[in-house]
Amino acid sequence: MKNLVILGAGTAGTMMANHLHNQLKQPDWQITIVDEREEHHYQPGYLFLPFDIYSPDDIIKTIEEFIPKNVKLVKHQINRILPTENKIELTGGEELPYDVLIIATGAKIAPEETEGMKGAEWQKSVFDFYTFEGSLALRNKLRDWEGGRLVVHITEMPIKCPVAPLEFAFLADSFFKHKHMRDKVEITYVTPLSGAFTKPKSTEALEYLLAEKNIKIESDFVIEEVDNENKALVSYDGRAIPFDLLVTVPTNKGDELIERSGMGDDLNYIPTHKATLQSLNYQNIFVLGDASNIPASKAGSVAHFEAEILTDNIMLYVKGQPLKEEFDGHANCFIETGNGKALLIDFNYTHEPVEGSFPFAGIGPLKLLKESRMNHMGKLAFRWIYWNVLLKGTHIPFVSATMSESGKHYN
Amino acid sequence: MESTIAGKTITVNQEGYLTDFSQWTKEVGESIAADANITLTPRHWEVINYLQTEQKNQVALSIRRIGKSGVVDIKEFYQLFPMAPLKTATKIAGIPKPASCI
Repeated sequence: MKNLVILGAGTAGTMMANHLHNQLKQPDWQITIVDEREEHHYQPGYLFLPFDIYSPDDIIKTIEEFIPKNVKLVKHQINRILPTENKIELTGGEELPYDVLIIATGAKIAPEETEGMKGAEWQKSVFDFYTFEGSLALRNKLRDWEGGRLVVHITEMPIKCPVAPLEFAFLADSFFKHKHMRDKVEITYVTPLSGAFTKPKSTEALEYLLAEKNIKIESDFVIEEVDNENKALVSYDGRAIPFDLLVTVPTNKGDELIERSGMGDDLNYIPTHKATLQSLNYQNIFVLGDASNIPASKAGSVAHFEAEILTDNIMLYVKGQPLKEEFDGHANCFIETGNGKALLIDFNYTHEPVEGSFPFAGIGPLKLLKESRMNHMGKLAFRWIYWNVLLKGTHIPFVSATMSESGKHYN
Repeated sequence: MESTIAGKTITVNQEGYLTDFSQWTKEVGESIAADANITLTPRHWEVINYLQTEQKNQVALSIRRIGKSGVVDIKEFYQLFPMAPLKTATKIAGIPKPASCI
């Protein structure tokens, strides 16, 4: 019997278990998925938790309920991968051999990378919303915060869900308006990028929205330290931005396990072929989701599109056939803009987000790069789709793994 | 589009970055630096040479990587090329502006 091992039972790993268990069956194959955690979190929900839009119950389920019965779930910490010996070493010394390995160990925040970030003010006036604990602590803070200077900050790229900090700023504007205290809050958006986003057309649209909502933007800001005493962000070029409440997205890194295995780059991301998702160094290792270094967004939608293509490639690999170079970097993201509206963007490695309609050309019902209530309904509906369709590896109707150019207004 | 830099006709993009590294010379670098009010010292050249080598080896350039390169730390990188050091230094080096991820 051969072994296929999946590391990580988050969005990407769980989808792969569901895609593959009907294809690689006993007695020929045993699929094993390894994750030390008990809970599966709907990470996009961390954005809504601080504003009391979602409660913890909305975003937490068990890992177990999404893993198919014929897939073996090992709840154990992973010490390291031994890629030249084709085995995994668990903490404590137990080993798991594999014929094919899928790494889906994700990315997480590393506030310790920035001087002073995890200092005296951490979770007092300095918060993150990329962890459950951070998001919940921020909710408790916002419930009775009386106003002042709110700074929303990105430390460095790449980060998971690069639009989330913008959404946070928009939702904060909306939140304080509803609490009739918007006039008591000054919102500043601080980014290491040269503008609101990475691509020109969406940057233009998003900067218009920032201005409309009276959110100031401070760009090209490369942080040197968080000054806890003076409560300010300090940049290498000498700028200081004072805050009363800092909501930061710390440096994101791949799991330490990748570092322990000597398989990552300087941020613990694994060098991966951007079109096949095969590791560049080991033929029987595949990487999907946030764990890889491919130049695509670190987002659940990307992992979803990757999973469809990776499933085909794993089947080609076990049959000894050439892999498909098909993944195009497709990402599809709702951007909450507050007041019950949202934008939608759809893009890939080569095509930036533009205006248009989605998923049906000329019809919609969703509009690309334009605010609408329908887009917001789409974002809220997505939580149901995530739990009931996406994790189970079911194809989402009318949305293809590779990006469609029809219905989009390219120049 | 074409631009005259240090007396030579050079092909550049809209933001002034060279599109063909074979057209780059030290004089071209010095001229671009002068436009940014920078006089290149031996220390600047060490950093520029490092950036060109990394580019040749197809390494994606980032402030973090340069800070950990052992060639220059981030503080000094900012002193050498004030304001937006990575953008300025790559323009002087005649290599593309680093794509700032997704």
